[in-house]
Amino acid sequence: MTALPDLTAGELRARYRRGETSPAEAVRAVFERIDAQERRLHAYLYVDREAALAEAARWDGVVRRDDAPPLAGIPVAVKDNICTQGWPTTCGSRILAGYRPPYDATVVTRLRRAGAIILGKANCDEFAMGSSTENSAYGPTRNPWDEARVPGGTSGGPTAAVAAGEATLALGSDTGGSIRQPAAFCGVVGMKPTYGRVSRYGLVAFASSLDQIGPIARSVRDAALLLQVIAGRDPADSTSADVEVPAYGDRLATSLRGVRLGIIREFFAEGLDAGVAAAVRDAIETCRSLGAACEEVSLPSASFALPAYYIVAPAEASSNLARYAGVHFGHRTSNAADLITLYSRTRREGFGAEVKRRIMIGTYALSSGYYEAFYLRALRVRTLIRREFETAFNRFDALVGPVTPTTAFRLGEKVDDPLQMYLSDVYTVPLNLAGLPGISVPCGLVGGLPVGLQVIGRAFDEQTILNVAHAFEQATPFHTRRPPAGAPASEGRGRAS
Amino acid sequence: MPPTETGVRHETIIGLEVHVQLSTASKMFCACAVAFGAPPNTRTCPVCLGLPGSLPVLNRRAVDLGVRTALALGCRIQPESQFHRKNYYYPDLPKNYQISQYQYMDHPPLATAGVLRFPFGNGLKEIGIRRVHLEEDTGKLVHVPGRSLVDYNRCGTPLMEVVTEPDLRSAEEARLFLTHLRALLQFAEVTSGRLEEGTFRCDANLSLRPPGGPYGTRTEIKNMNSLRSVERALRFEEGRQREALARGEDVIQETRHWDEDREITFASREKEEAQDYRYFPEPDLVPLHVDPTWVERIRSGLPELPEARRRRYVETLGLPEHDAGLLTATRAMAEFFEATIRLFSKPKVAGNWLIGDIAAYLNAEGREIDEVPIRPEHLAGLLALIDTGKISGRSAKEILEEMLRTGRPAEAIVQERGLAQISDEGTLDSVVQEVIAEHPGPAGDVRAGKDQAVAFLVGQVMKKTRGRANPTMVNRLIRERLGAG
Repeated sequence: MTALPDLTAGELRARYRRGETSPAEAVRAVFERIDAQERRLHAYLYVDREAALAEAARWDGVVRRDDAPPLAGIPVAVKDNICTQGWPTTCGSRILAGYRPPYDATVVTRLRRAGAIILGKANCDEFAMGSSTENSAYGPTRNPWDEARVPGGTSGGPTAAVAAGEATLALGSDTGGSIRQPAAFCGVVGMKPTYGRVSRYGLVAFASSLDQIGPIARSVRDAALLLQVIAGRDPADSTSADVEVPAYGDRLATSLRGVRLGIIREFFAEGLDAGVAAAVRDAIETCRSLGAACEEVSLPSASFALPAYYIVAPAEASSNLARYAGVHFGHRTSNAADLITLYSRTRREGFGAEVKRRIMIGTYALSSGYYEAFYLRALRVRTLIRREFETAFNRFDALVGPVTPTTAFRLGEKVDDPLQMYLSDVYTVPLNLAGLPGISVPCGLVGGLPVGLQVIGRAFDEQTILNVAHAFEQATPFHTRRPPAGAPASEGRGRAS
Repeated sequence: MPPTETGVRHETIIGLEVHVQLSTASKMFCACAVAFGAPPNTRTCPVCLGLPGSLPVLNRRAVDLGVRTALALGCRIQPESQFHRKNYYYPDLPKNYQISQYQYMDHPPLATAGVLRFPFGNGLKEIGIRRVHLEEDTGKLVHVPGRSLVDYNRCGTPLMEVVTEPDLRSAEEARLFLTHLRALLQFAEVTSGRLEEGTFRCDANLSLRPPGGPYGTRTEIKNMNSLRSVERALRFEEGRQREALARGEDVIQETRHWDEDREITFASREKEEAQDYRYFPEPDLVPLHVDPTWVERIRSGLPELPEARRRRYVETLGLPEHDAGLLTATRAMAEFFEATIRLFSKPKVAGNWLIGDIAAYLNAEGREIDEVPIRPEHLAGLLALIDTGKISGRSAKEILEEMLRTGRPAEAIVQERGLAQISDEGTLDSVVQEVIAEHPGPAGDVRAGKDQAVAFLVGQVMKKTRGRANPTMVNRLIRERLGAG
C-alpha cells in the first residue's frame, strides 16, 4: 500500500471519507518525510508543524462528511513568494529576511477556506528569477531524482516537495516557466493557468503582466482540483478575469477522439536534447493513439520570445523591486548617513547577483532614449506571438511540445552562464508573453530523469489541456514513477543526452 | 507688457499645473479613508503602503470626479485611458513609483483640450486646459532633530492634475484663473479646495518672450501655498527674469522655490540632472474605459457651475455683473448668499453686505465665509432689522462685526447693547427741541432757508442718541419745527 505522503489528494480524500486515516495522521506522516529528507533536499524555507497539526485536528471530524470542502485535510506547500499572514515570506531573498506580511494572499485565503493544511513556505529563486532554485539566498533545493541535479526553478522548492512526498499539493508561480520547467524536471504535473485566471493579490510581483500562480501536483486530477479552488475573479486584483470556473475534475476525459493537437515545429529545432525529443514524440504518438488528430504547426516568432521576455520581465521587475529600499519594511543597512547611501547599501546587501542584473537590464530598457528600441519593440513582439497563437488555435484545440530542452542539469552547471540558464525557458516563455495556459505532464524518463510534455491551450480553456494531459497520463505509467527513495547524488546516473 | 531696462517689452508667459485633492471617501487604489489630521500612519493598509504582493484597485468615484471636471472644463474625454508608473525614489513614496497618467504616444490621459472662461476687465478671459489626469498622492516627511519620519496617511489620496496651456499673461491673471478654477471645482463638488489642507496646490512655469519672438527659457516655481503667494511669487519671478535679461544674462531652466518669508524665489539645491521617470504602462491596472453612458450619467448629475450661476444672478436676480462675479468666487459664498436671500428677499442689498463689509472682514482674517461662525439666517435677521428701521445703518456695521466674530444672532446683540433705533416721535421730538435750543445759529440758518444746516442738526441729534435715532424722522421733525421746506 502506498505511504500516506505519496498518495494523491484524491486518494487521500477517499481514505479520509472511509475513515481509514485522518488529516492529523497524514500531516504527521508528511512531517516525518520532511524530517528524513529535508537536510538533503531543502525544499522548504519554513515549516510550522504545530500550526499544521492544529489545523489538521480542526478538520478531523469534517473530512468524513460528504460536504467536506474540496481540500479538507490535504497537506499543501506554498512557494515563498506568496504572502502568508504572520509567516515569513522572503521570496528567497536576503532583503526580505524576517519579513512577515500582515495579510494572506487571495490564493492562501482560498486554500484555507477549502480546508487545506498549509505546511510551510517552499524555496525558490530569489524573487522568482532563475531556472534552477540556485538563486535562493538560502541555498539551493535539490532534485529528488538525483541530488546532484537542480529541481528546476523558480518553483523548485514546492515542486521538489510534491515530487518527494513532502507535500501532497503545492502552489507555485510561473512568470516564464517557473512551474512547468521544475514540474518537468521533477516528474510531476505543473500548470500555468491563463493570465487573469488566478488572483495575483499577495503574490510578490516579479513581472506583473506575466506572473501567474498555478498548481503543482502528482496527478492531473489533483492539479485540476487545486486549480478549481484558487481560480476565479478577485476584486482585489484588477487583472483577474471574470470568467466562469468550470468543475474541471468532473469533466476530465480519457479519450482524445476529435481533439486536434498542433505540434509546434519550432520547439523541435536545434538545441533540443535527442532523448527529450524522442520522449515527447512518443508522447505525441500516444495522444494520436488515443484519438487525437496531430499535425505540425509553425509559430515563426516563437524564437523571439526569449529576447522579448528578457526586456519586458526585467523592465517590470526594475519598478516592482524599487520598494525594497530599507525604508518601511525588509532589510535596512546598518550603515548609512544619508538617503542615497541608505538605498544603495540596503539594495547592494539585500539583493543577489541575478536580481541586480535584471534590475539593471530593466532600468536600462525603460530609460528615455532606449524605451522605443527595447521596451516598445518587445511589446510588439509580444503582440506578434499572441497573434500567431491565435491563428494556430483556429486550427487546433491545443498545442503540444517539450517543456524544456534538456532534463534536469547539474547544480552549478549553469550558474556562471546566465544566457545558458535563460535558454532553459525557451519553450515555456512564449505562453507567458501570450497569456495562455500550459501544463507539464510527465512523459518519460531519460537517463533516469523525468521529461515533461507541454500542452498549451486557448485563453481560459484550461479544461482542454487538463483533458489532454489526463488522457495521456491515464494511458501511460509515468505519473506513477516516484523518485528512488533517498536518491543519492550518483555519478552513475547518466547525464541527460 | 512690462518694459525691461533696455526698453524691450517682453511678454510674460505662464502655465500652471494644479493638483487638486478629490473629495472621495476612500483613497485612489484602496479602501483606506481619506482623512486630514489623523494620527500618523493610522490610515494605511498593505496597498497604500506598497507592501509586497499588494495590488491597486481603481476608485470609480475618483474617475467620476475626474470626468465631472472634464465636463465642467469642456474637455474631450478619452474613451480609453491608461495609468502609468512614474519611477523615482523618495521615502514618502512607498512603492518608489507613483501611479499616474502619462501622455505618451497612443496613451492619452483621462481628458484633454478644455477651456476655462472667467470675467476679466470688461470681457471674458479664456485659458486653454491641456489635460486633466488622475494620480495618487505621496506621504509626508516629518523632520525632527536628528532624524526624519514618514507619515503614510496621505499616501494614495486621489489627486487630479489640471494642466493649462501657456495662456496666462500675468501674475494677476494666474491668481484669478486659480480663484475661478477652484470655484468651478467646488461648484462641481469635485474638491473642498482648501489650500491650507493642501487640497489645492499649484506649480507654475514662467518665461518671458520678446515681442513676436519664440518662447524664452522657463523656470518652474514650486512651494506656493496660497493664491496670494502664487501672485507674489510669479510677480517676483517675472521681475527677476526681466532683470536678468536686462543685464544681458540668460534665464536658466531650473526649479525654483518660493520663500514666503523672504518673498523671493530661489534655485532648489537638488542636483539639476534631468530626472528620467522611466514611465511605462501600469501592468497592475487594466485600461480605464469611460463609455458615453457613464459620461452622460455624470453630465446629468452635474451641479450648477459658476458661469451659469453668475448668469442667473444677473438675469434673474438683477445683480450687476461685478457683484455676481464676486458672489460666485467661492462655492461657500454663493451658497451663503442664496441661503440668505431665501430668508431676506432683496438680493442686491444682501449682495452688497456680502461683497462689502463681510468680504473685507474675511480678507483681513484670511478665512472663508464657511469658516466664520455667522450663519445666513443671522445675516438675514440683521438685514430685516435694517429694512424695518429697527436699527440704523451705522449700528448695523457694529452689530455685524460682532456677529462675524461670535456667531450670535443680530437681535440678541441689539437687545444687549441697546442699539434699537429710536422711531418714537415723542422721544425724538424732545431731543430735536433740545438740539435747536442748544444751536440757535444753525437753527436760524435753517429758518433763513439754508438747507445745509439741516444736516448739521440731524448730526447733533444722532450724537445725542448714540446713532440710534431714525434719521428720516429726525430730518422731518427738524424741518417741521423750523418751518423749512
